[in-house]
Amino acid sequence: MSEVEAVMPSVAPAFDRQAELDRCAARLPPAAVEQIRQARRGPHPESALIEVLHTVQDAQGWLCPEALDAVAQLLQVPTATVTGVATFYHLFRLQPQGRYRLAICLGTACYVKGGDKVSARLQEELGIGIGQTTTDGLFSLEEAHCVGTCALAPVVMVNDRVVGPITPDKIPGLLEDLVQQDRQGGRR
Amino acid sequence: MSTTHDASPPAPTVRITIDGQLLEVEAGKTVLEVAEQVGIRIPRLCYHPDLSLAGACRVCLVELEGTGQFIASCANKVWEGMAVRTNSPEIRQARRDIVELLLDNHPLDCQTCERSGRCELQELAYSLGVRERLFAGARKHFPLDARSVSVVREPDKCILCGRCVRVCAEVQGVNNLGQHGRGFSTLVSPAHGRAMDDSVCIQCGQCVAVCPTAAFLEKSDTDRVWAALADPAKHVVVQVAPAIRATIGEGFGHAPGEDHTHKMVAALRRLGFAAVFDTDFGADLTVVEESLELIRRLEAGGPFPLLTSCSPGWISYLEKFAPELIPLASTCRSPMSMTSVLLKTWYAQSKGLDPRQVFVVAVMPCVAKKFEAARPEHRLPEGDPYTDAVLTTREAIWMLKSYGIDYWNLPLLDFSTLQDDFDSPFGETTGAGAIFGTTGGVLEAALRTAAAKLAGPGEEVPLEFHQVRAVDGLREAEVALGGRTLRVAVANGLRNAARLFDELAAGKVYHLIEVMACPGGCVGGGGQPYPPPGMHVLDPELLRLRAGALYQVDRGKPRRRAHESPGLRRLYDEFLGEPGGSLAHTLLHTSYAPRGPRGIR
Repeated sequence: MSEVEAVMPSVAPAFDRQAELDRCAARLPPAAVEQIRQARRGPHPESALIEVLHTVQDAQGWLCPEALDAVAQLLQVPTATVTGVATFYHLFRLQPQGRYRLAICLGTACYVKGGDKVSARLQEELGIGIGQTTTDGLFSLEEAHCVGTCALAPVVMVNDRVVGPITPDKIPGLLEDLVQQDRQGGRR
Repeated sequence: MSTTHDASPPAPTVRITIDGQLLEVEAGKTVLEVAEQVGIRIPRLCYHPDLSLAGACRVCLVELEGTGQFIASCANKVWEGMAVRTNSPEIRQARRDIVELLLDNHPLDCQTCERSGRCELQELAYSLGVRERLFAGARKHFPLDARSVSVVREPDKCILCGRCVRVCAEVQGVNNLGQHGRGFSTLVSPAHGRAMDDSVCIQCGQCVAVCPTAAFLEKSDTDRVWAALADPAKHVVVQVAPAIRATIGEGFGHAPGEDHTHKMVAALRRLGFAAVFDTDFGADLTVVEESLELIRRLEAGGPFPLLTSCSPGWISYLEKFAPELIPLASTCRSPMSMTSVLLKTWYAQSKGLDPRQVFVVAVMPCVAKKFEAARPEHRLPEGDPYTDAVLTTREAIWMLKSYGIDYWNLPLLDFSTLQDDFDSPFGETTGAGAIFGTTGGVLEAALRTAAAKLAGPGEEVPLEFHQVRAVDGLREAEVALGGRTLRVAVANGLRNAARLFDELAAGKVYHLIEVMACPGGCVGGGGQPYPPPGMHVLDPELLRLRAGALYQVDRGKPRRRAHESPGLRRLYDEFLGEPGGSLAHTLLHTSYAPRGPRGIR
């Protein structure tokens, strides 16, 4: 073997693919890792991609680049395909979200009842635009298109809770309540 | 009574009408293919015969007669009784509208664009009769991605045809490119919208080759070469890869498949290079060192297979996608890098030059060679690269045209005192080096030398190994060498290579595998001229013609086994010592390491 080694200088340390995959798995919620494991048993693992991305987003609030890379490696779907899908659908969030995600409904009923004014007031109070997050990481703003509670119009969703009817002058109070809740360590 | 003795049933046919002409055509073909067979070339943009169907651009619309309905001819198969019209005022207007809308969202910089005169969008706009700009809507704007040393991506010029995405996935299995976002703001880019430099890109340049516009281009090095040529303190030499002599003529309107060795050498000399050297010399040297690696592994019983290492796109793939295989790869530097190393050591010493005065230009069929030249492994101890600038075939052609060299009109280029043969000692080469430029050539060259070294006394030594020739993507063969039977394989196009690696993982034994990143090998490299009219990138016929020129060069050489090269003998005698010896080891071999981001295959 010595002669063979003579023509093979500085042999790189053996590549450990399993260690790389383990590092990927550690970046994802266990539920997503399990979903991927199930999917890879079938003939079309790539068909589980959207479902897996939802699981990751539900657990982590958004899809960070490291998580997208990890999904690609574990599911063995090219990373450019994964990020292509994630950027195609509006429902996937590619920016970190505030602890309180405020979704202003701009469906027909809420709009007629002044949803746009609610939106303007929220942007003014928080100093951020739609799709942005406050620097303290507390609030982010998004728009929704009918959340199915038109009788309460106009409404704002705070994470998974519907708040309504809400008018621009009720906004400062709502925000103050959420700040207090957050200080007490609660999410709701 | 039937007199037919043909056992095979005739292919099913359908009757269709194209532009009023009734035809009986093979079933299962598309309207676009059938029209082509009867001499009508329907305009197209996203369509590529060797890639999957996209149906994205709608330029190839035809009219279903009597319905007023337009269908994409690339995406619809013919059916019994179908009647289409490829030309009517309405259809011509529709195609023109589509291209006008594409142009509306495209920079108006044709005069200063690298693809000017060779741009499919420009040609299409002209042939469809677009003579004015009717629409003035919003224009997309994305940052230019010019950080990579090999490939420049300019999304503003992208028309979203998706050919690059498809070639990267379907031919190379690299899947580096994807369409990101949606609608008007769709962007073709590597994952996360990142730069090419920060991606799984292997720099093969096939995206550059298939792009109809200038959304993908090689990073140009011509300015640096002009500057060096004008610098009296520099001794500027050029080496020319095996595959260039088979393709350079195409850039001047010559038919593919002609050997242009002499005209090419004379033309490069006229550009002002102090010497014109042949990379075939480095290829011969690679064969000697690599066949020694093979023989040593055969004696030691492994590790197998030996994987060739000349193709820098393949080496990037190895490091990013298949790092498990690194210990199997030949440690030989590529022919370009071997030649450059020797130019800055042996040649510089013999000329009494400081290596830093020597400026080495390499004309390569390859975009990835620009990346290889910049790798830290291929630098002098002080940090200067062994290869100072890499020009693609296209860039070299442009420089000759820009200089004003009358390549087309002169049957021979005779610049009085300028000779049209390569300079010694890097000009004395064998047929083995010549065939490096085509798929299967490296393997055949290595087998020629290994067969001679392993043959018993009095045994007949085979010279040509036809079983490894052909331009298809994947071949396997068994060859008898000195009483042993070797299982060898050739893969070009990395998707084919990946299939071989799956076989390896499943336990199949090979002794030697040649891998070339590009389809057809270097003759189909990402830096080769855009195809002549009537042919397309990846066209097997074009690849066959180009390869044919190299086999012709091979047959014309007095010596066809690398180790018989008198130039190499001098090199080892005067400078390197023994093949595989310690100086050869230091100068001619290299190492590889896993590289991120990790590719998925």
